Amino acid sequence: MQGSTVDSGQTALNYQTEAIASGHHGEHPDHRIFGVIMFLVAESMIFLGLFAAYLTFKLNTPDWRPEGESELELLLPGINTLILIASSFVLHQGDSAIKKNNQAGLRIWFGATALMGAVFLCGQIYEYFHLPFGLKSNLFASTFYVLTGFHGLHVLFGLLLILGVLWRSRKSDHYNSEHHFGVEAAELYWHFVDVVWIVLFTLLYLL
Amino acid sequence: MAQTQVPPEAAKAAHATGNGGPEWRKYISFSTDHKVIGIQYLVTTFLFFLVGGALATAVRTELATPQADFVSRELYNSLFTVHATVMIFLWIVPAGTGGFGNYLIPLMIGARDMAFPKLNAVAFWMIPPGGILLLSSFFVGAPGAGWTSYPPLSTVSGQAGEMIWILSVLILGTSSILGAINFLVTIIKMRMPGMGYNQMPLFCWAMLSASALILLSTPVLAGALILLSFDLIVGTTFFNPTGGGDPIVYQHMFWFYSHPAVYIMILPMFGMISEILPVHARKPIFGYKAIAYSSLAISFLGLIVWAHHMFTSGTPAWLRMFFMITTMIIAVPTGIKVFSWLATLWGGKLRLNSALLFGMGFVSMFVIGGLSGIMVASVPFDIHVHDTYFVVAHLHYVLFGGSMFGIYSGLYHWFPKMTGRMLNETWGKIHFVLTLVGFNMCFLPMHWLGLQGMPRRVAEYDPEFATINLVCTIGSYILAVSTIPFIINAVWSWIYGTKATGNPWQALTLEWQTASPPPVENFYDEPVLWSGPYDYGTDLLQPGEDKSVEELLAEVNANPG
Ligand code: HEM
Ligand SMILES: [Cu+2]
Repeated sequence: MQGSTVDSGQTALNYQTEAIASGHHGEHPDHRIFGVIMFLVAESMIFLGLFAAYLTFKLNTPDWRPEGESELELLLPGINTLILIASSFVLHQGDSAIKKNNQAGLRIWFGATALMGAVFLCGQIYEYFHLPFGLKSNLFASTFYVLTGFHGLHVLFGLLLILGVLWRSRKSDHYNSEHHFGVEAAELYWHFVDVVWIVLFTLLYLL
Repeated sequence: MAQTQVPPEAAKAAHATGNGGPEWRKYISFSTDHKVIGIQYLVTTFLFFLVGGALATAVRTELATPQADFVSRELYNSLFTVHATVMIFLWIVPAGTGGFGNYLIPLMIGARDMAFPKLNAVAFWMIPPGGILLLSSFFVGAPGAGWTSYPPLSTVSGQAGEMIWILSVLILGTSSILGAINFLVTIIKMRMPGMGYNQMPLFCWAMLSASALILLSTPVLAGALILLSFDLIVGTTFFNPTGGGDPIVYQHMFWFYSHPAVYIMILPMFGMISEILPVHARKPIFGYKAIAYSSLAISFLGLIVWAHHMFTSGTPAWLRMFFMITTMIIAVPTGIKVFSWLATLWGGKLRLNSALLFGMGFVSMFVIGGLSGIMVASVPFDIHVHDTYFVVAHLHYVLFGGSMFGIYSGLYHWFPKMTGRMLNETWGKIHFVLTLVGFNMCFLPMHWLGLQGMPRRVAEYDPEFATINLVCTIGSYILAVSTIPFIINAVWSWIYGTKATGNPWQALTLEWQTASPPPVENFYDEPVLWSGPYDYGTDLLQPGEDKSVEELLAEVNANPG
């Protein structure tokens, strides 16, 4: 490189100690969390693309929610939304618990989150069966079902992650204040699903 | 500059990777070694390149005469659709990122492996099923709506084949996203101590930029394909105007991926060329920082110019201006790279071997494609040549001329590192000449075809275009034949070639500081950053002096500081 040389004080000397520990065939926890974040960036882009498509359809269609279907009941999805948002906070308690080596706390809070997530999904399915329009009724209905359905799949996946953490935490030494990558990854994912829902809810129900 | 260690001696190269069992076995296993995975990618994608090439030859054979007499029109549509899909999603993208990226990045940054070795293997093993799935579509009526798969055409014709197309592109896209996550984490987190971003080899910069593009754009394609498959299977009307939908939305989502995709394909090649030219010109790269940062600039600009593919899709005039101007601005960072490469070659002690020949071929072909790119970027001209053979010429110069010459150059350059054997130079030069002649004979005349108005994607055409088309077809046959010397050379040399030393080209990046092929965890001793990657000991070498790296290192060791 033009002119700039390497700081020799920093080069090979501590390679053995540091880089081998992290560059080895095992997966370093720091790297894994960073990897999860990258994955969530990719996921966000799928949703961003779908949201952009939704907005374009909406802006180009004169009566976006056709007569007779204009009433999207807000009560049920509203409650659902509150449950999902609350669950993010509940889940965070579990993460704090394990950082204090509190295994029981982890199980309780994660169990509660799983329950709330399941309630959300049931609510969504209940709503699907009681809406006055179907997947192919019109463009609005199609985007509504595809977007909420795609999000629902993400909730389901997040739920599975949480259940996976619960399953593993049966063994009392599986997670502790030092090693809790699984806990953190599930938490990050769940927050992500939550944030996406808030945007989705605003777009589909409120605007 | 005062680091005082010698790279591992060739003596250690003797028992490089041996861990029992025949050597080739590891290439068909679920290995988590980035080097094995890189070679798996390169070999697999090369096989798909041959498949794509066979399809291309069939396409050109059909076009040898003005009538549709070789295959039916439907089959013709499927041939060029699958040809393009294979070339893009199964050859250039996975070979550039998955193949070279996996092989080189950990070596170049002094890491033992990628950040997530298992994920890496998973990403690779999605490629063969994805590719076989795509090809299997020929049994049920292959997709025929072009590699862009625009609705409404894609939702009314050849449903089963179209669905297979969507599925396989989703699989291949997922693989490429998983790969990109791995590259980003590896490059950002796992550089050896002392290697700041500005000491990083340029290939890593290019891969960083390409991976960021993959991460941000590929998911949008997935979104488009999800909506498209609902239209296709369920009968929703997202992209169908009769149901209130809008096909243009698909085009936007598609090109939001596929324009960046051309940079996903070309950035790794840019990176490789930036590695290869200085080594074989025996001269430091000119403008390291300019090349490094222009990769980032290209990534950013690449994300905001997609609608230059939609000048004739009813895009409003003011928007067309925006996309025209931003597109033309990309020429600036690209031009910076080209000028830096030329300045690197200028006055260098060129070793005119196959790697450098293909490297220079890359630069010249890419420049031609870039120039026609500026032409089609200007709206009035594009309206004239859109969907004609001019665009076909442009895209093949950049994609095929650019990417393929780049990949070949990389293969010649790193073959000794990968296999521990040298490629045969004579065969390499025959390969180069045939490729260069065949390529230009095939694609240069297409500019004229396009300017005279021959539309693309048709099986029969006006007889006035017959002669030029025949020339193109003959060129394509030469191109097809040109792969034979390469295949013979690669297979023969891999088994019987002259043994390569750790550093046959006297190169300075870290991958050459270990045995060829490198041992399982890459380095016996910790690698040493004894200068920036391209210094070529310029501050050590007297004018007119020609010393090997080993000699220079010995000198540095003798009087540190
Ligand atoms: C990085 C290398 C490049 C690659 C791999 C590439 C690839 C392609 C491809 C594949 C197409 C045709 C897409 C299709 O309709 O099927 C295309 C069209 C186009 N390219 Fe490029 N390109 C590159 C560089 C450039 C540059 C440097 C410019 C302008 C400065 C440019 C401007 C355009 C425009 C405006 C079109 C649309 C033409 C039309 O459809 O009428 N490209 N390119
Ligand atoms: Cu483009």
